[in-house]
Amino acid sequence: MSLLSIKNLKVEFPTRHGNFVAAENVDLEIEAGEILGIVGESGAGKSTIGNAIIGLLERPGRMAEGEIKLHGNRIDQLDEEMMRALRGNSIGMIFQDPLTSLNPVETIEAQLVETIMLHLKMDEAQAQKHAVEQLRQVDIPDPEIRIKQYPHQFSGGMRQRVVIALALCADPDFIIADEPTTALDVSVQAQILELMKGLCKKRNAGMILITHDMGVIAETADRVAVMYNGHIVEIGETAQILGAPNHEYTKSLISAVPRPDKRTDRFPLVTYIEAAEETADLVDLSTHWLGRSRDFGTSDSDMLNLKKLHMKFITRHAFFERNRLYLDAVKDVSFSIKSGEVFGLVGESGSGKSTIARMITGIYQPTGGEIHFAGTDLTQLKTANDVAPYRRQMQMVFQDPFSSLNGRMRVKDIVAEPIKFHRLAETNSECDEIVFDLLNVVGLGDKAAIKYPHEFSGGQRQRISIARALATRPRFLVCDEPTSALDVSIQAQILNLLKDLQEELNLTILFISHDLPVIRQMCDRVGVMRHGQLLEISKTEDLFENPSHEYTRELLSLMPRFEFASH
Amino acid sequence: MSSVKLTRMQSLKRNLANIKNGDLWYSFWRSPSAIFAMVIALVSILSAVFAPIISPYNPFDLAQVDLMDASLPPSWMAEGSENYFLGTDDQGRDLFSTILHGARLSLLVGFASVIISLVLGVGLGLISGYVGGRTDVIIMRIADVQLSFPAILIALLVDGIFRVALPKDLHDLLALYVIIVAIAISGWVQYARTVRSSVMAEKVKEYVQAGQVIGLPSFIIILRHILPNVMGPVLVIGTIHLALAIIIEATLSFLGVGLPPTTPSLGTLIRIGNEYLFSGEWWISLFPGIALVVLALSVNLLGDWLRDALNPKLR
Repeated sequence: MSLLSIKNLKVEFPTRHGNFVAAENVDLEIEAGEILGIVGESGAGKSTIGNAIIGLLERPGRMAEGEIKLHGNRIDQLDEEMMRALRGNSIGMIFQDPLTSLNPVETIEAQLVETIMLHLKMDEAQAQKHAVEQLRQVDIPDPEIRIKQYPHQFSGGMRQRVVIALALCADPDFIIADEPTTALDVSVQAQILELMKGLCKKRNAGMILITHDMGVIAETADRVAVMYNGHIVEIGETAQILGAPNHEYTKSLISAVPRPDKRTDRFPLVTYIEAAEETADLVDLSTHWLGRSRDFGTSDSDMLNLKKLHMKFITRHAFFERNRLYLDAVKDVSFSIKSGEVFGLVGESGSGKSTIARMITGIYQPTGGEIHFAGTDLTQLKTANDVAPYRRQMQMVFQDPFSSLNGRMRVKDIVAEPIKFHRLAETNSECDEIVFDLLNVVGLGDKAAIKYPHEFSGGQRQRISIARALATRPRFLVCDEPTSALDVSIQAQILNLLKDLQEELNLTILFISHDLPVIRQMCDRVGVMRHGQLLEISKTEDLFENPSHEYTRELLSLMPRFEFASH
Repeated sequence: MSSVKLTRMQSLKRNLANIKNGDLWYSFWRSPSAIFAMVIALVSILSAVFAPIISPYNPFDLAQVDLMDASLPPSWMAEGSENYFLGTDDQGRDLFSTILHGARLSLLVGFASVIISLVLGVGLGLISGYVGGRTDVIIMRIADVQLSFPAILIALLVDGIFRVALPKDLHDLLALYVIIVAIAISGWVQYARTVRSSVMAEKVKEYVQAGQVIGLPSFIIILRHILPNVMGPVLVIGTIHLALAIIIEATLSFLGVGLPPTTPSLGTLIRIGNEYLFSGEWWISLFPGIALVVLALSVNLLGDWLRDALNPKLR
C-alpha cells in the first residue's frame, strides 16, 4: 500500500460563466521516502492538487470527484476539526514565500513551540528542547541563540529553513512543498533542495514537490509528473521523463528550456503552447515601412557609447536639499555597443542594470557622465525638441507584460500612439495599416487590434509591447528582462521573435537579464554588473568558457545545470 | 474606408457587450439595495428635471399664488383643500410643486458643486502625485489645513466672503452660484488626496515609462494614460459627495445663508416650516424633510454599492 494515493481527482471552481475545471482525472501514488515532482506551467493545476490534499482549496473551489487516501484511509471527506489535526501531524506544508509564511511579530521559538505543543502533546519545556533540535536538523547554526530571534533577523534562505523546520516539527510522514525555492537566489536554492532531499530520506517521508523549474526537478525528484491544462500528461522516473519524454508537451517543454552549455540558433519550434501565428511572411520587411529609414547613424561606428555614467537616488526625502540622503545605484559605468550588436547586461537584482536602461531611454536623468547615441551626447541636449529624433530611434521592451500596457486603451491605440505622436504616417488609414502589419509581424494578427490588453495572456501582451516598441522604427531596442515574467515555452517564443526581428531589421539590442542561459542564447557580448559597477565585459562564448572576474565564475558555478540525454 | 467603418461598428458592439458582461452590471442586478436606490434616485432626478411640466402649479409665478390659501394642511385632512395635495406653505404656494422645484435646485447645486470640486480636486491631485517634491508638499499641506475645518464652516466662510464683496441685491441674484462655489471649494480635498495616492501608484508602472520612452510630454501622459486609470475611486467619492453636497446646501439654506425664500430649495422650505412647527403647521417642514432624506439616502446607497462593486477585495 502506498503512503498517499489519489484516484480520479477532479477539482472545479464554479464561476458565473460556468464551472472552471482546474484539475481532472488525476491519479497519483507516492511511496514513503519518495519525492514526486509535479512540473508544469502557470495555470496547469499543480498547486490545486497540493491544496486539495490538505483541504485548503481556495473558495469557492471544491473537489467534484475522486478520492485521496493517506495510509489507506480517505482524508478528503474529513470534517474541519479532524483535517486540522491531520495538517502538521501527518502532512506538512512548505510554501513559496518565506517572507510571508512566518509571523513577523513572534519569535521563531514562539511559533515552533506553539505548533509542537499543539500536535505532539508535549509540555512547554519539552517542546522548547524539541524546537531547538528541529532547527539543528535544518542546519541552522547556533540554534539555541537563533531560536530567540524574530523572522526579520534571518536571511531569505535561513527563513525558508525555519519554514521547513516548522513544517517538519510534528514529524509528518507526508510533505507538500509548493515552489519552495522560487523566491530564493540560486545559491541558496541548491542548499535548500539538498536539505529537503536529505530530510525526506532520513525520515522516510514522502514528498510532493511542485515547481515550474525543470532544473529543480532534475536535481531533486525521484519521479516526475508533467501537468498540462489540469491533466497529468506523463508520469515516470525523472531520468526517463527528462531524457526521453514520450508526450509531445513534455518534449516541447524541455526543448524550450534555454541551454546553459551551448549556443543554439533558435529554440526548436515549440508546439503545444498558446496559439501564435508564425511571424508573418505576409510582410516583406526589407521593403516595408518598418524596414525604411536606415539612414540613421553610420553602421560601422558605435551605436551607443556610455562614458562614466553615474546615478544616485534620494533615499530620504526632505524639503531642504541638505537634509536628503542618497544612494549610488550606478557608479561610473562605461561601455559601448556596436551597430547591429546584441549586448547583454547580467547581474543580480539591485545591481543597477535596469537603472542604466532607464537612463539611456531618458526615463531617469543621470547625475553624471555622458550618453553618446549615434555620435551625439544626449545629456547635452536641453529641449524636448532636440531629443525627440533620438528618442524615436531607441525604444524599450519592459519586464512586466501586465503593467506595461495601459489597460484602458485598445491595442490599436496603444501601438498607434508612437506613430501618431512622431507623425510617422501621413493619414489615419495609413497608420491603421501600419498597426495591422506590426501586429502581424509579432504574430498576433489583425483581430487583436480592437481588443483591450486584459483579453490577452502574458506572452501575447509581451508581443503587443514589442509591436509598440517597433512602431517608431527604432534602430536600437532596450529589452529589460523581457521574458522573466513568462513561462519557459512562452519565453522561447518571445526570444525567437526577438532574434528574428533583430536579424531582419538589423536592430541593435541592449538585453538585460539575470538569467545566464538566456543571455548565452541571445547576446554577442556581455557585461557583468554588481552593486552598480561593471565588473567585466567580454564576448559571450569567452565569458561562459573563460570567465576572468571571480564574481562571474561564482555566478556561472551557481547556474542550474540539468543533464539529460541531448535533444 | 468601409473596413474602418466596419471595425467602428464592431467596436461599438464589443463595448456594449463588455458592459453587459462586465462585473459592474452583474453586481448591480444582484444587489437589491442598489436597484431600489437607483429607482428612487431616478424617480427623484426625473421628477426634479421635469418639475415645470409635472408640477400642478408654478410656485415662482406670483400670479398663481393666493395668500388666502396660505398654510392649508394636506388634502386628506379635515381643513385640507382638494387643490393642494400636500397642503400649502405660509405664502400659499402648493407644497408639492414647491418640493419638486426645490429638489430641482438642490440637485442642481449638488451636481454643479460636485463637478467643480471633482475637476479642481482631480487636477490638483494629478499634479501633486505626478510632479511630487515641493509642489506636492505645498498642495497637500493646504489640503491638510482645509481638512481641519468642517466642510460646513468652509462653505459659510466662502459665502461670507462673497456677501462682503458683493452688493446685497447682486448677492441675492448670484446666491445660487455663490453656494455652488462655496460647497465646491469645501469638497476638493477628498478627490485630491485619493487621486494623488493613486497617481503615485500608477506613475511607477511600466506603461507610464513606455510613454516617457516614446517621448510623450508629461501632460499627455497624465491626461491620456494616468487619468483614466485613477477615475474608479473618484466616481465613488463623487457619488457619495453628491449626497453630502445636497445636505450641505440644505444646511446652509436652513441656516439662512443659502438660497433665498423667493426661490426655495428643500433646505429653505424646511427653515420656513420650522418657524411654524410649533403653531401646528407641521407639514411645511415635514414633507420637504422626507424628500431630502429620500434623495440623500438613495444617492448614498448607490455610492456604497459602487464602492463595494469597484473594490476588488470585496468581490
